[in-house]
Amino acid sequence: MRFFEFINKTPLTVKVGLIIVVLNVVAALFAPAIAPYEQDEVVGDVWLSPGSGHLLGTDQLGRDVFSRMLYGARNTIALAISITLLAFLIGVVCGLLAATIGGILDMLLSRIVDVVISFPPLILTLMVLSILGSSTFVLLVVIAVIDSTKVYRLSRALAMDLKVMEFVEVARLRGESTWWIISREIFPNAMPTLLAEFGLRFCFIFLFISALSFLGLGIQPPAADWGSMVRDNAGAISFGIFIPLWPAGAIAMLSVGVNLLVDWFLQRSAQIRSS
Amino acid sequence: MSPLMLLVAKRLAAGFLTLIAVSLLIFLSVEALPGDPATAILGQQATPENVRALRQELKLDLPPHIRYLSWLNDLMHADLGKSLSNKRPVAEMIGWRFSNTVFLAGTTALVAVPLAIVLGMLAALYRNSWLDRLISISSLCAISFPEFFLGYILIALFSMKFNLFASMASIDPQMPLLEKIYNIILPCATLLMLVLAHMMRMTRASIIGVLSSPYIEMARLKGIRERRIIVHHAVPNSLSPIINVVVMDLAWLIVGVVVVEVVFVYPGLGQLLVDSVAKRDLPVVQACVLIFAGTYILLNLMADILAIATNPKLRGMR
Repeated sequence: MRFFEFINKTPLTVKVGLIIVVLNVVAALFAPAIAPYEQDEVVGDVWLSPGSGHLLGTDQLGRDVFSRMLYGARNTIALAISITLLAFLIGVVCGLLAATIGGILDMLLSRIVDVVISFPPLILTLMVLSILGSSTFVLLVVIAVIDSTKVYRLSRALAMDLKVMEFVEVARLRGESTWWIISREIFPNAMPTLLAEFGLRFCFIFLFISALSFLGLGIQPPAADWGSMVRDNAGAISFGIFIPLWPAGAIAMLSVGVNLLVDWFLQRSAQIRSS
Repeated sequence: MSPLMLLVAKRLAAGFLTLIAVSLLIFLSVEALPGDPATAILGQQATPENVRALRQELKLDLPPHIRYLSWLNDLMHADLGKSLSNKRPVAEMIGWRFSNTVFLAGTTALVAVPLAIVLGMLAALYRNSWLDRLISISSLCAISFPEFFLGYILIALFSMKFNLFASMASIDPQMPLLEKIYNIILPCATLLMLVLAHMMRMTRASIIGVLSSPYIEMARLKGIRERRIIVHHAVPNSLSPIINVVVMDLAWLIVGVVVVEVVFVYPGLGQLLVDSVAKRDLPVVQACVLIFAGTYILLNLMADILAIATNPKLRGMR
């Protein structure tokens, strides 16, 4: 009950964001239960119009678009979350270590990050994909590593500010180990900012994989995925059938939803800190 | 040397080092392949003859550092090697596509920059008005909408529903300029929407930031009108961050062009890059990546240097 009271007090944008995110999570988790057909099942004619027994019509091979949207949510969101988690794992660990230990480790990591960050991410990813070929595993590792550089910069900067605080100094004087200082003093204090960054990074990565899939270099068929659904059905537009707008709109919606929640979270934590 | 020049020289040297590091990364990426690169690239077509031919093509029998130097040397002579898929010289394939990409990005920039600065100034002048709110909504959309969503919405509206423009932005070298511009209106509009919001928002933010400084209060106390304060006092002093953001957005524009080119089947460098990645045509990919990354780095470098040069605090230093 408390939860609903709390939600009731939040501004409209937060409610909208929350509804969007919950809808997507439900679609992703329960896709097999909700979807009327399998993701690679051919059920009828090509590009049937919405209605006619198929809620959103059928795609370029005669598969049910609604079912593929649900499975697409599952595949795309799962991959985006895994990449974001991996990027944060690498970025936060390296960033906090570099800031607390300093010296050669910091120098070395920071210079490597400088080079990687000077590349536009899409171009760097395309280059690596041309060499390694596209598979889910390659996407996971490559995008996570590239994105971890941004997380590294943020967590290093946060830790740099925190490590000169009195309570860290006291912990050092007490003779606590570096690991203890990082996990008990620095990490908890960097948490709110990192959490907001997690939301923003998720959006970025989610849009990024969708763009790659749209270019035909992301999640490979027959697995359903929003980006490649747009690509495969792009031809339909010239017949006045707007199927590609469904998955493209879904991508936009989820990203807007997460952004609304992150904005509110940032404002709230700024208020708490200043009061 | 004045401190200002020293600062610029340092930044230039760092930029040059980055370019070298990036070219090394592009070159060495081939080495990262597990096992023999030629076999890995050819995949199922890896017959002994094919592998031998490709090894010769990529000069894989030489040691890496010699290959890198000869690659750099070829690069200086505008020799980008031959495409693996159709054996044509890469420089020839890239030439007019690159000029098309620059044409698309350049036209967008020509419209976007003045528009963003004027609208950003207006938003700073009329804070919390409908214009202000429109900017914050549109920048939310710009960061969360995928490029292709905007692109296809424009196609659905203007090319299908109203039949004003073609859904494919095809251009060829013989076309008169006006026809070229007409043909790229839709991709231009897509890029414009993506880049405009950010530029406006930053312009607005930096002007508002300056507006809270003491000398503006002084000007207000003297009874100068708000419009004059913004145009004569706030804008010149917020120019440095604005220029910085604008040039950085242009760097983004050059890359953002890739997806938009694919949506509108525009014969640019981005389209070529994506096709070559799918075909795993390494020499073409390397050349495209080098051009995109190089332009991006140079624009970012320019943003830094302009920010240093236009910073009033640093300008006084001798």
